[in-house]
Amino acid sequence: MEDKFVIRGIEFSSRLWIGTGKYRNFEETARAVEASGADVVTVAVRRVNITDRKSENLLDYLDPRRYKILPNTAGCYTVEDALRYSRLAREAGVSEMVKLEVIGDEKTLFPDTIGLLKATEILAREGFMVFPYTNDDPIMAKRLEDAGAAAVMPLGAPIGSGLGLRNPYNIRIILESAKVPVIVDAGVGTASDANIAMELGCDAVLINTAIAGARDPIAMAEAMKHAVIAGRLAFKAGRIAKKLYATASSPLEGMV
Amino acid sequence: MRLAVNGETYHTEKDTVGDLLVEMDISPERVAVEVNLKVIRKAEYAGYKLQEGDSVEVVYFVGGGEVDARNKCIEGRRQEGLWRISLSLGA
Repeated sequence: MEDKFVIRGIEFSSRLWIGTGKYRNFEETARAVEASGADVVTVAVRRVNITDRKSENLLDYLDPRRYKILPNTAGCYTVEDALRYSRLAREAGVSEMVKLEVIGDEKTLFPDTIGLLKATEILAREGFMVFPYTNDDPIMAKRLEDAGAAAVMPLGAPIGSGLGLRNPYNIRIILESAKVPVIVDAGVGTASDANIAMELGCDAVLINTAIAGARDPIAMAEAMKHAVIAGRLAFKAGRIAKKLYATASSPLEGMV
Repeated sequence: MRLAVNGETYHTEKDTVGDLLVEMDISPERVAVEVNLKVIRKAEYAGYKLQEGDSVEVVYFVGGGEVDARNKCIEGRRQEGLWRISLSLGA
C-alpha cells in the first residue's frame, strides 16, 4: 500500500529527518545521512570564516539537488533573531522551509512558545514553510497550526538528552487534534525511541545527537532507518489491545 | 573604507556588496549577506553600495540539527559548539 508523506505538495521519500550537527567531519555526516536514507537534512546558519576563504562547505557533501535542506534557527533566543536567521537562510537560496526554534532557556533548551507563536505567524505570512520546534503541548500545537505552521515538531524530551518520548500521551493527543503533520524533534536516544514515535502515528522523526553521538554513527543511522520504517508499518498495521491476562494463541480443540 | 565584516574590522576599497564578495573570494550562490541588519537580495549584490562603518554579515550553512546551548548566534562565542566544528574543519 502506498504511504506517501507529503507536506504542501512536497513529497518526502523518508520519514526520518537528520540533523547535521556534532559529527566529526563532513565526510562522516554525509555517510550517516546516506545510511539513514533520509532526504531531509537540517543545517544551521553561521558566519562564513572570512580569514580562511578556501574552506570546505557542508553543501559540497550534501547535494541540495539530492537532499531537502531544512535551515534552522538554532541558537536564537528572541523572535527578532529567529526572523533574522530565517530570512538569511532563505536568501542563502536553498529553500523556503525553516525549522523554527525560539529557545527559552539555555539549560533546558525548551522552546519559548510565546515567541515561537509570534515568529511562526510572521514567517508564515512572509511565505515561509514553517516547522516550529515546540513543546509536547497539544494546545500550543493547535495554536501553531492556526498561525500557519506547515507541520508541528513537538519535542520528545530535551534536546540531546536521549531520554526518549517522555510523554507519549501528549504526543497522542497532538496527533489526534492536529491537521498538519507531526514530526517528533529532539529526545530520541536510540532506535526504540524513534520506533515508539512512529508507532504512535507521528509522520516523521528528526534525529541528530542520537546518531552523531553514537559510538558508530553510521550503524546507528541505519538502525534508525529500520526503526522508523518498522514503526510506521506497525502503526498502519494496527497494534493489538493490551490485556492483563493471557489469551491462548494455539487452538484448544484437538488436544489429546 | 572601514567596514565591520562578520564582527571584524575590515578595510577595503570596494564599495559594493558584489565587489566585496569577489575580494573576499566568496562565491555568492550559497551565502546570504546582510548589511546593517537588512538582508540583501542576490540580484542586488552588484549594485548595493557600501558606506563607511557599515556592518556586513556573510553567512552560510554549517552542520546543525538541534540547538546547542553553547552555540550562540552571530554575536556569539565562536570557540564552542557548532562553531568549533566548522572552525576545526577550517570551514
